Amino acid sequence: MTTLNIVVCVKQVPDTAVERTLTPEGTLDRESPDGLINELDEYAIEEGLKIAEAHGGEVTILSMGPAKAADSVRKALSMGADKAVHVLDDGLAGSDALATSAALAAALTRVGFDLVILGSESTDARTGVVPAMLAERLGVPQLTLAATVEVSGAGVTIHRLTEDGYAVVTGSLPAVVSVVEKINEPRYPTFKGIMAAKKKPVRTLTLADLAVDTGAVGLAGAATGIADWAARPPRTAGVVVKDEGDGGSQVAGFLAERKFI
Amino acid sequence: MPAVRLMPTQESADLIELTRSIADKELRPHVAAAERSHAFPRETFATLGRAGLLSLPYPEEYGGGGQPYEVYLQVLEEIASAWAAVGVGTSVHALSCFGLFHAGTAEQKERWLPDMLGGELLGAYCLSEAHAGSDPAAMRTRAVRDGGEYVITGAKAWTTHGGAADFYKVMARTSDDGGRGISCFLVPADSPGLTADAPEDKMGLMSSVTATMVFDSVRVPAERRLGAEGQGLPIALAGLDSGRLGIAAVATGVAQAALDAAVAYARERESFGRPVIEHQGLAFLLADMAAAVESARATYLFAARLRDAGRPFSRQASVAKLTATDNAMRVTTDAVQVLGGAGYTKDFPVERYMRETKVMQIFEGTNQIQRLVISRDLARG
Repeated sequence: MTTLNIVVCVKQVPDTAVERTLTPEGTLDRESPDGLINELDEYAIEEGLKIAEAHGGEVTILSMGPAKAADSVRKALSMGADKAVHVLDDGLAGSDALATSAALAAALTRVGFDLVILGSESTDARTGVVPAMLAERLGVPQLTLAATVEVSGAGVTIHRLTEDGYAVVTGSLPAVVSVVEKINEPRYPTFKGIMAAKKKPVRTLTLADLAVDTGAVGLAGAATGIADWAARPPRTAGVVVKDEGDGGSQVAGFLAERKFI
Repeated sequence: MPAVRLMPTQESADLIELTRSIADKELRPHVAAAERSHAFPRETFATLGRAGLLSLPYPEEYGGGGQPYEVYLQVLEEIASAWAAVGVGTSVHALSCFGLFHAGTAEQKERWLPDMLGGELLGAYCLSEAHAGSDPAAMRTRAVRDGGEYVITGAKAWTTHGGAADFYKVMARTSDDGGRGISCFLVPADSPGLTADAPEDKMGLMSSVTATMVFDSVRVPAERRLGAEGQGLPIALAGLDSGRLGIAAVATGVAQAALDAAVAYARERESFGRPVIEHQGLAFLLADMAAAVESARATYLFAARLRDAGRPFSRQASVAKLTATDNAMRVTTDAVQVLGGAGYTKDFPVERYMRETKVMQIFEGTNQIQRLVISRDLARG
């Protein structure tokens, strides 16, 4: 293989620092808050760029989302990615993980890839299942929750993060890899990167371009739905522990009850 | 609450976003500790340099960002609102490159400017002397021609980055002809005979090093003279107009940070059963602070737009420096007032903002000198 064709999937999510609300349909309101690149996706971009720098290759950003997701695509390009594909179609609104993976798989098949890299989950839906679904749909190995990624020859090896350490997982290329935040320290864009980003090619693909059936995506194609929801109850007053000689064990008991220790 | 900005281009809006993200992750978490321990954040400047933020107002052909002052100053304001000493340092660095850019020959610029703007090097400039601050024409540091070199002897006071910089823009006397007898030199930090005295023990900007630079027969190749002999003072003063805009932006950033801290506190803190921001006495104080910050910003941006349009802007630069630093002094003092006793402690950053702002009324031309510049311009009609 001479140059790796690396595709990094990037999702724009609402800023977690501001209050997020649901629409009457029970989906997340993506219009009013500022959209940011999903934090774990920045690690995915960094890993893609590092692999391309080390082995030679090209990094393509793939994002599915409304028109304003173009801001996040541009930021990913300003970090150093080479080009981007934006899957943009009103019919995609309300897609769940299964529907999202259908659209992304169609786009990946169209674009072509040796290595697909994603953040292991998004800060909005947090299902964490899209990488596995994508790999299944594409019929390629899935290497998820990677804390390290090594590409050599036609294979890829990761350290897969587990509760008590890591597992070494190897697969052949093409493959899908999802990364955790331990993997690297994402770079900042540079001003030159910002200036260069506006000249980089961004292809917009619709459902029709991808020949995806509109019934398979969006709210209509969602296999999951929101049955009901409620606002988080307001924060209650904390517990005050009075130290009468047993303060330490009371605090320890409090933490143990909540499984912090 | 971030300042509301109207940026001229998409790239400049992205640049502000990049600056805010670097400020949140690299500056704000470290400023308090560095100010306490007097630690000069050399690595922070390298981070800004790698991101391209140290060379924004210079042309792309020399490795700069090719950005107008209107954009550069707002980036500088964002940096200063997170860390005043780094904002001052960024402005000083830009100014230390100005002499070469403004007065250097094409050959000199090609040779040195790309490295100076590349982000790895940090600059300083040497104008004031112990007895010559507002009156630089009274300087005594001498540069004596000796064959293909000049030999510089003397001491330059109040050098920001003194001892920490990689190069120095130095004004020294080449003849006794008063203000017309001064020349400008670009001196590498590793020149034999060039040393820094112990840093000044200052009231604020503790993480920025300020020192007297001692020149003990420092030999500088004649090719490192910028402009003609005797042109040094005009070069220095031309740079000061731009430097004053930098300080106006820095002061506005600190004032914005003080306003943000005061508003956050006033919304949270309760007295007489209500948040204190609902008491008119404090609410109007906060309103006046917001008006002071936003008018300072508008004032420096107007001067910047004149500069960007290639129009004279010297008076407006002085108006901006005077207005922004006086406003910032009032805003940071009032922020301490809003926080009450808490504001007087080092548990909150507002006392630091107040100390940091004081020097901004003094350096880059005292505010009395700014009034002199403005009134002389008015007198000329």
